[in-house]
Amino acid sequence: MIAERPDAISKEIEQKTAAMLEEQEKETEQPTEVRGRIHSIETFGSVDGPGVRYIIFLKGCNMRCRYCHNADTWDPDTDDMRSAEEVLDHAERYHSYWRNGGGITVSGGEPLLQIDFLLELFRQAKERGIHTCIDTSLQPFTREEPFFSKFAVLMQLTDLLLVDIKHIDPEEHLKLTGKSNDNILDGMRYLSDIGRDIWIRHVLVPGITDDDEYLRRTGEFIKTLDNVKKIEVLPYHSMGEYKWKELGIPYSLEGVEPPSEERVKNAGRLLRGE
Amino acid sequence: MREEWRGFKGSHWTDDVNVRAFIQDNYTPYDGDEEFLEGPTEATDKLWGRLTELQKEERAKGGVLECETEVVSSLTAYGPGYIDESMKDLEQIVGLQTDKPLKRAFMPFGGIKMAEQAAETYGYKVNPQFHKIFNDYHKTHNQAVFDAYTDEMKVARHTHIVTGLPDTYGRGRIVGDYRRVALYGIDYLIEKKQDDLKNCGHGDMTDDIIRQREELAEQIRALKGMKEMAKIYGYDISGPAKNAKEAVQWLYFGYLSAIKTQNGAAMSVGRISTFLDIYINRDLKEGTLTEKEAQELIDHLVMKFRMVKFARIPSYNELFSGDPVWATLEMAGIGMDGRHMVTKNDYRFLHTLENMGPSPEPNLTVLYSSKLPENFKKYAAKISVNTSSIQYENDDVMKPIWGDDYSICCCVSATQTGKEMQFFGARANLAKALLYAINGGKDEKHLDKAGKHMQCGPELAPITSEYLDYDEVMHKYDLMLDWLAGLYVNILNLIQYMHDKYYYEAAEMALIDTDVRRTFATGIAGFSHVVDSLCAIKYAKVKCIRDDQGVVTGFETTGDFPRYGNDDDRADEIAVWLLKTFITKVRKFHTYRDSEPTTSILTITSNVVYGKATGATPDGREAYKPFAPGATPSYGAEKNGLLASLNSVAKVPYEYALDGISNTQTISPGALGHSLDEQKQNLVNVLDGYFDRGAHHLNVNVFGLDKLKDAMEHPEKPEYANFTIRVSGYAVKFIDLTREQQEDVISRTCHERM
Repeated sequence: MIAERPDAISKEIEQKTAAMLEEQEKETEQPTEVRGRIHSIETFGSVDGPGVRYIIFLKGCNMRCRYCHNADTWDPDTDDMRSAEEVLDHAERYHSYWRNGGGITVSGGEPLLQIDFLLELFRQAKERGIHTCIDTSLQPFTREEPFFSKFAVLMQLTDLLLVDIKHIDPEEHLKLTGKSNDNILDGMRYLSDIGRDIWIRHVLVPGITDDDEYLRRTGEFIKTLDNVKKIEVLPYHSMGEYKWKELGIPYSLEGVEPPSEERVKNAGRLLRGE
Repeated sequence: MREEWRGFKGSHWTDDVNVRAFIQDNYTPYDGDEEFLEGPTEATDKLWGRLTELQKEERAKGGVLECETEVVSSLTAYGPGYIDESMKDLEQIVGLQTDKPLKRAFMPFGGIKMAEQAAETYGYKVNPQFHKIFNDYHKTHNQAVFDAYTDEMKVARHTHIVTGLPDTYGRGRIVGDYRRVALYGIDYLIEKKQDDLKNCGHGDMTDDIIRQREELAEQIRALKGMKEMAKIYGYDISGPAKNAKEAVQWLYFGYLSAIKTQNGAAMSVGRISTFLDIYINRDLKEGTLTEKEAQELIDHLVMKFRMVKFARIPSYNELFSGDPVWATLEMAGIGMDGRHMVTKNDYRFLHTLENMGPSPEPNLTVLYSSKLPENFKKYAAKISVNTSSIQYENDDVMKPIWGDDYSICCCVSATQTGKEMQFFGARANLAKALLYAINGGKDEKHLDKAGKHMQCGPELAPITSEYLDYDEVMHKYDLMLDWLAGLYVNILNLIQYMHDKYYYEAAEMALIDTDVRRTFATGIAGFSHVVDSLCAIKYAKVKCIRDDQGVVTGFETTGDFPRYGNDDDRADEIAVWLLKTFITKVRKFHTYRDSEPTTSILTITSNVVYGKATGATPDGREAYKPFAPGATPSYGAEKNGLLASLNSVAKVPYEYALDGISNTQTISPGALGHSLDEQKQNLVNVLDGYFDRGAHHLNVNVFGLDKLKDAMEHPEKPEYANFTIRVSGYAVKFIDLTREQQEDVISRTCHERM
């Protein structure tokens, strides 16, 4: 059971983020040339997809995961707007490092909040023969239009998705992230149905996401999917904590230590249904 | 064919000294993985265990176990010496520099004062008769150089605009072709040199002929000495080696003769791995050797390389910290015919780091190409991840220049084995030169007796404006570099002349062709700081802070500017310009013995000392703080991750810095991947990508900052006893660095984003 966030903290987060989200909605109307709202670039990503990845971190996320290590990407506001062509021209400077399956990964933030930019980016990437990957929470997923058709097209241009079941239980998921997991699980189902490859990456936070029973249930759900190419357990680390402090947002996991190696192995076994 | 050459193929190498032809005709490329490797034998464990104890004692005694005070080192100065007298039968490969393990020889020919000081530093007193002999009866290299130095040279040396000059110790960087001893035996090599002596000149005794004849006589004497030296250990090396064990032993005797007679800054072993594999392969086929025994031979040879020591003075250690000798040893590469040159022996040499743990020496160097077998690349990457003890150099850029039988003669510099020697010498401080350009040749740090800033460079009109103007600075910098290049080349000319005269490397040169090609290896320090400073002046606003003498001693830089290390062409183009400009200026001057000038962007650990002598620079580097090492971008300048940094360095053209462009990067294991398999593969991806862009060199460290900090605070922990890290062009045991250098290593950017 995840303890409720203390009211005061919940309220403060709510207030602080309400303004952000409002702003974001205004900006969802895309200008004529689709430009991405960029948080930052990492030229050497080694764990976010196969091979060496050029990672484009986008700004904006609707979830407020309590262990988020990129809290500085929540706010969609930024001056750094780049076209797909600009991003790819720069990414291709690192082409020589992309043997053995490397390519680009869009992360964030939540990339799917900028699906029009993603469509343009991946359309051009595929023209250039670049391997494409999205690191997503799937939280924006819905079968409603106009999102659903766009997503279907995007999936034609996407080689791999890195997804995460942050919590299998809807109530607990809400407490952990501030959002429901119904549409996220539905999104995974959809990806399985269309046969799009995914890696599942589970962040293991002691006392929050390492309950054996829930892990077993997550494993059962994963078993029903036909598109899972890899299951990884990512041990929680507190390296993102300073960002919360910088943003002036209270961090509710203060003092939580990384899980033991044994717990990590245990989680892996349960998620793989062993 | 001689009986010792049974089973070998080919012809060109049989009637001439031509080791390369022998290798090409006889080596067996290996594409498999590391499964065949064997662990250490009981003998290896015992000997290495004993050596580990000795190293511990050495550290407890302040870094030196024992210094010779009574015997001048020579090929035959000592009787036999062993790691442990009671275990000497376990030593497959024998021979020590002195009579005891880790005991430092007395080598006065480079400079008697230094030899005495080195001993005194560690509490030993050299027999006073040597003081008299080497001051009153016999001149040393050091005294000769100072006899000839001009006043201007002495001032430049004092201010460190030119630093690290080999005027007090051996210049090193000469790699004898030690393989020749094994393949041909000493008698044949003597015969060949006697032929050369006979054919040296036609009777007109010009300077160069006289010198050549004397040198040849010295070489022949050294070859005879090598035979005597081997005899002390019970071996007759007059003929070729008959089997693998002899080949390893003969070759080591060749190297031993070098380190008994020279205390050069770098004493490389050379490209011996593929060569020895041919002998091991023959024995394995003949059934006279097992894989276990083959590994033991290599382990024991490497153990010897790990024991090489020289007596150094404290100021030398500040320059080159961690007691390095650069026993550099190469493997892999691609042959001119397109076959890769990876053999099982390359695995065996890398495997020594597993059998006997990490170690800075020998300086194991993989001659890399993305076309090497994947198995080998992954094994090397695994060793890097686990030990941080090896470096990589790009065979694809070196091979067109040096062929397929070059060695690395220092930390990263290539030299054709047995065909070339190098006149090495120090570095020019280009960051200080930039300050001289601003201050009209006045040194920003060093004051004369009257308390005035020393006039070291030419007295050009100083810049007097409050804010620096790019065009004005560039004009003056160009003039200042003209002066510096000329002065630097001439200091080196003088040093090399005296070194040839008073401290000639007879043993090494005896194993190199008489008709030798000579390179003249200059170097650059402060590279990244000059580039970033020029960018600051060009793209931001740089205000000068002057002291009461009107000399600029600080800067206030406002505004953003591009920096080298971010794959930003605006900065990287200046980097390329700086290199090309400097080497072009160097080439204008006459170089001693018609040597070919080259330059390098490598500083080893001397980046700390150079920085210490240099005032604040416009890029924001504070006064007297360390420079970034070699061609590595400045600390904190890299904002776009590892690959952006690598791309910047890869743009610096090797053709203009044939002596090497060193780059050191530290990656935390987590940033390379979650599992060892991922880490191996990703490191290979990085190396492939970097070297395919034409980059020259990469030192790879794989560890996190936490480990460094812990090792600094708790050097006594057993896991840190052999904790090895790569610094610029070589490896050191981290705990052997000075505190200052440890902090410098820690402060450098560590790529560890998750």
